[in-house]
Amino acid sequence: MSTTTTDTSTEKMHAGVRVGGWSWVWRPWLVLATAGLAVATFLVFCISIAIGDFTIDLPAVIRTIFGQGERVDEFVIMDLRMPRALVGLIVGVALGISGALTQSIARNALASPDVLGITAGASATAIFVVTTSGGAVLGSSLGLPVAALAGGLGTGLLVYFLAWQKGIDGFRLILIGVSVSAVMTALTTWLLVLADIRDVARAQAWLVGSLDSRSWTEVWTSLWVTIALVVVVLAVSFHLRPMHFGDDVAAGLGVRYSVVRAVLLLCAVLLAGVAVSAAGPVPFVALVAPQITMRLMRTPVPPLVGSGLFGALLLISSDLIARQVLPNDLPVGIVTAMIGGPFLVYLLVRANVKRPA
Amino acid sequence: MSIVVEQRGLDPAPAGAVVDPRRRRLLGLVLLVVLLAAAAVLSLVVGARALSPAEVWQGMFGDPGTDQRLTEIALIIHTSRIPRTVLAVVAGLALGIAGALIQGHTRNPIADTGLLGVNAGASFAVVLAVYLFGLGNPLQYMWFAFLGAAASGVVVFGLSSLGRGAGNPLTLALAGQGVTIFLAAMTTAVALQDKASLDVLRFWNAGSVQGVGWNVIAVAAGFVGIGLLLALVNLPTLNLLNLGDDVARGLGVNIVTGRTVGVVAITLLAGAATAACGPIAFLGLMVAHIARWITGPDYRFLVPFAGLLGGIVLLLADIAGRLVVRPAELQAGIVVALLGAPFFAALVWLGKFRQA
Repeated sequence: MSTTTTDTSTEKMHAGVRVGGWSWVWRPWLVLATAGLAVATFLVFCISIAIGDFTIDLPAVIRTIFGQGERVDEFVIMDLRMPRALVGLIVGVALGISGALTQSIARNALASPDVLGITAGASATAIFVVTTSGGAVLGSSLGLPVAALAGGLGTGLLVYFLAWQKGIDGFRLILIGVSVSAVMTALTTWLLVLADIRDVARAQAWLVGSLDSRSWTEVWTSLWVTIALVVVVLAVSFHLRPMHFGDDVAAGLGVRYSVVRAVLLLCAVLLAGVAVSAAGPVPFVALVAPQITMRLMRTPVPPLVGSGLFGALLLISSDLIARQVLPNDLPVGIVTAMIGGPFLVYLLVRANVKRPA
Repeated sequence: MSIVVEQRGLDPAPAGAVVDPRRRRLLGLVLLVVLLAAAAVLSLVVGARALSPAEVWQGMFGDPGTDQRLTEIALIIHTSRIPRTVLAVVAGLALGIAGALIQGHTRNPIADTGLLGVNAGASFAVVLAVYLFGLGNPLQYMWFAFLGAAASGVVVFGLSSLGRGAGNPLTLALAGQGVTIFLAAMTTAVALQDKASLDVLRFWNAGSVQGVGWNVIAVAAGFVGIGLLLALVNLPTLNLLNLGDDVARGLGVNIVTGRTVGVVAITLLAGAATAACGPIAFLGLMVAHIARWITGPDYRFLVPFAGLLGGIVLLLADIAGRLVVRPAELQAGIVVALLGAPFFAALVWLGKFRQA
């Protein structure tokens, strides 16, 4: 299947930059596109805060964010709208980077936390906690995130070990992920059958991925964990590039690929777990964001920073659409599924049509 | 003829088949029918209230008269145990045969009604029917389930067969996964609009043979009957189609007709079973592989074997569901998924599916 992200032949030669002991390849378009994406994400973030039951104009929003706003605006923005937008931003970044990592490691465009069963596992444990506690946990700030994180991590490890066979092969990883995902979904369905109908309604809304009524507590917990993970990822990802040439080349270049891969995969699973614990299993962002970013920035593999930014852009815009265009305050996951389902199919069809005989 | 067929299937013929294979397979069929009957009897006996075979017999055929206890038993037998046993046999048979046919026609060992998005399509159609038209009766919304199952199955299969990746197991699984997640989100969007739809949906989604009325079973059985006939007609053609389209054409097979009959049969079988029981994933996949291990790749035997195995597995799953969480029940669809997904993972691990 030619959906692997390794395609170095299209890469042009670039000049190098050296600062002290560090060196990078200077890619003007990559830097420019990343900066553009950052600006666009910030703008949509501000627009998302500006639009609501009553609309605040954009300059006022930006003034308020930087602490220069009027008191009324400050209340609406900082207390009511900011947490939701920030959770969207953090979750988007976490999912985007998580997807970029899993796709790079599996060397397959289709290996995302949704397909690998990680989000399904996080959902199953979260729903277990919700239904057995009679819904009490949904309001609390600790139980649900911890359960989702533990479930995501447990499932990620399970998939990894089940797919391990003298190494990790992307094809096997995905199929094992699909089957583990099915088990987790079956368990979730069973929990929903047993539960009280009021808990079911709450759980179901959460299950599709939602940013509704988030508070600063969710922002802080997810923010710190995400920042810590992103720092680790960026530090280790220096070793990721040689791995795209295959395990043997990477080993020849001095990369301890099994360690690097394990650390990055762990970070990817934890990032997905944090995202699920903050917003529920928002579908497809982790799959779509890295793929679009890769095409946008003309890189052979999904760029990490860009994928994170695009994930945030995608999630915040989807939330805006969910709030303003769709009826009845539908959760954001509905919009990402509407975008992501067809996109997945597009990827498959394109990969098939391009496939050499 | 049969020698050629055996060498061209998904798996090589089992080595050391010294006994006349035809006789062995016929014996196997008889054995499976006996097993199915035994499982059906077990299904009548086991339950929240355990009954002895003698009591079951009396409840079925005896005249309860004024005996309070016998009247109760007769009620349990006639309103609950017999219908769910019959439905498990009908649906299991249909899903097993559909699974084997799908694998045969797509030459894809991963093909299954659940993975093909058929279940998600049916769920979406059901929740839409409940929400838009306020239908609460399974007899009314099963028609929608049928349509939804057929439509999404055709879409997924169509998408995965575009271009040169056609028949690649991964493509099919992922096209199914994409459509499934998409439809599941749409289903949730509708279900969140009103509690009645949500309540119908969560039970329907679990996949169960319990509490389905005779009227629904009769309609489903009718469709399954037609599907079965078409499947039987299709079997010799399917064997020839598996020699490759060119060879089949050379042998005088009308390829378009052969494939169309197959697809219609699959849709009727899987659609009817899903409409009556709700989504039951992995059953067809599982039994088709087990059947292939027993019979080898001759579809004239593989398909009936898969059907009978489907009935047996669904019956046993339903019985197990009544026992494991007593006094509550685990829906048969959940039990099948909990069995089937590890089975699937084991096949992956053993390298049964290869990247095309």
